[in-house]
Amino acid sequence: MSVSNLLENWAEFRHTHPVDDVPHDPYKWAMSIDLDACTGCNACSVACYAENNLPVVGKEKFLHGQSMHWMRIERYWDEDGRDFPDQGAQFLPMMCQQCEAAPCETVCPVGATNHTPDGLNSQIYNRCVGSRYCSANCPFKVRYFNWYDYPTTDNVWPAEMSQQLNPDVTVRGKGVMEKCTFCVQRLTSAKNTAKNEGRIVHDGEVQTACQQACPPGAISFGNLVDADSKVFKQWKAQHVEIAEFEQAKDRGEQDNKLRGYRILEELRSYPSVMYLERVRETAV
Amino acid sequence: MKDINEDIAWAKINTDVLKSLENPRKLYWVILAVAIAMIAVAVGCETYQYQMGMGVANMNNPHVWGLYIATFIFWIGMSHSGTLLSAILHLMHADWRKPIYRFAEAMTTFSLMTAGLFVMVHLGRLWQFYYSLPYPNERGLWPNFQSPLLWDAMAIFTYLSSSILFLYVGMIPDLAICRDNIHSGWRKKLYTALSLGWEGTDRQWRNFRVTYLTIACFLIPLAVSVHSIVASDFAMSQQPGWHVTSFPPYFVAGALYSGCAAIITLFIILRYVFRFEEYMTLSILKKTVRLTFAISMVWTYLNAVEFASVWYSHDVASKAVLIQKATGTYAPFWWMMIFCGSVVPLILAFKRFQTNIPVLLAVSLLLNLGMWLERWMIVAPTYSHGYYPWTWDHDQWPSFVQWGIVFGSFGWFTLLFMLFCKIFPSVSMYEVKEMVYHRTLAKKNLGSAKGAH
Repeated sequence: MSVSNLLENWAEFRHTHPVDDVPHDPYKWAMSIDLDACTGCNACSVACYAENNLPVVGKEKFLHGQSMHWMRIERYWDEDGRDFPDQGAQFLPMMCQQCEAAPCETVCPVGATNHTPDGLNSQIYNRCVGSRYCSANCPFKVRYFNWYDYPTTDNVWPAEMSQQLNPDVTVRGKGVMEKCTFCVQRLTSAKNTAKNEGRIVHDGEVQTACQQACPPGAISFGNLVDADSKVFKQWKAQHVEIAEFEQAKDRGEQDNKLRGYRILEELRSYPSVMYLERVRETAV
Repeated sequence: MKDINEDIAWAKINTDVLKSLENPRKLYWVILAVAIAMIAVAVGCETYQYQMGMGVANMNNPHVWGLYIATFIFWIGMSHSGTLLSAILHLMHADWRKPIYRFAEAMTTFSLMTAGLFVMVHLGRLWQFYYSLPYPNERGLWPNFQSPLLWDAMAIFTYLSSSILFLYVGMIPDLAICRDNIHSGWRKKLYTALSLGWEGTDRQWRNFRVTYLTIACFLIPLAVSVHSIVASDFAMSQQPGWHVTSFPPYFVAGALYSGCAAIITLFIILRYVFRFEEYMTLSILKKTVRLTFAISMVWTYLNAVEFASVWYSHDVASKAVLIQKATGTYAPFWWMMIFCGSVVPLILAFKRFQTNIPVLLAVSLLLNLGMWLERWMIVAPTYSHGYYPWTWDHDQWPSFVQWGIVFGSFGWFTLLFMLFCKIFPSVSMYEVKEMVYHRTLAKKNLGSAKGAH
């Protein structure tokens, strides 16, 4: 990139802001998570560890808040002071929301986190200097920093399991930021297959690891541009618009039959993950 | 009370100031050794952190920034008063700054050098630091010009290099005096090289004045922009407690405040150590103290503005952070910051304390403690009560590594400052002479006016 290129094409680097009406074509990866179906079993989290070579940091570091779970199950209790097992646990699977106008992207001093044309928020490990500004500015706190040099010094992947690492995913060294990628390695391979066959990826052809592992099928994942995809239908049924910062449910439309919302929408980061509100009242 | 006595002979000024460059006393070596030991602690901690990873600093997921960023802001802030004294007051023709601006300017440079180190210490991949600089490279990779952190890097480099230039240019006539009075050794060679053949001709003085004034004018907007940009790191993020429009002026006021307090501390120490009572007079100290008091009240006001605008904004998250600051884990530090920053300076309003050296030394140190706490209270509480409830109440106490590096930075600053004081004249000789001359003139004119009457 020359300076003249930089000056002329600067806007191109950040062009996929939803309010600019630039359509994602032919892909816009998105997710929907049904909180009514989620049982908080943590299978998604385990699947993510296996798929994405996440280091298992151990109890002590976990207690220090230094765990690396890209996909985490958050647990909230009802506040009426009931005891186990009636205290009414609510679960919320939380991972990078792949915001369209991501707060993390603008603040990175070296441009290590960027937006891809298919609507992902990508992280370039080699470029990251570890200023952690992205994490400081992330409203969801879903970015995980390599506090230690996990691949070499810490015994996070026991020696007898040396063959268990996923060869399609980089193992990250110390001092870089990482986060959920929507299993970008699977997306890339599916897109390549489709491209070779002169088509776009069919719905259901590619699954994220968490989606694949979820026993009640609470997680749906797919291409929001594809009108046949399940995710597209779900978003449409819930009247959830990617370029809105308040959805029909919150406006009280349709007598509140709607369940779809996105977390912290009012911050206008336009997340790509829709949650379906829980309707059950009993504890799991 | 006079700023300076007009009876001081010019030769005496030279002798007195040059005396400060002579062989130091025993205590000097002791303090120097302590400073080096403090640096050794920091180097040890940094080496450990470099080897092991940032985890040993005891940061975690919500608490990704810690004491390093807080102390970075502290040292950047410290650097502002040198510029205030030497550039702004220079343009305003405030004569009283002349005997004290040199060490304040040195303080600026050294605190910037300390602050710069904190940026590096903070980085997860220190060895890739240069990625954040816009250097031309064959891969065509550029830093992200949207990031306030990048503006920071550029602003600090510009400010540091301009400050060094300003300090140096302002010293040239004095370096020539040193050259002419010292006849052998490495000092002679050093001063000869640095004084750039200064002879004090009219032409040289004219060029010197123009250059000095130009750099002064260049430096003032830089000083304001540097701390505004540091404030932008927070104000331009969207975290509750940081996303405050009044942050840039608030940071600049805080910077001038801590800088002025540090000037009082160093003023008292230099005055005592080098016996500069005749130059660093109580009258000048009084003016500095009054300036500090005024700035402390500006800071207090801006603090109140911030609280009020958060309180009445009806922004639930920001309000929660404010309440958490006043009542949560960090409450003792937060109230201590309010006490040291807004209550302690009230002492400075009383005339009898404005020249009371022991009281001033204690007060100035307390003010800086308050200002350091202020920076920490900006950085830390937002993490323990941000937007996302899952991250609430994850308090993370900084480990000995963080404290050790913060501790060592004071040693590093002390070391640089002590070396400076023994190598370069810490009082501007030529400007003190100017000041004495101005006073003599004023007195003469007064006399002749009386005579005419």
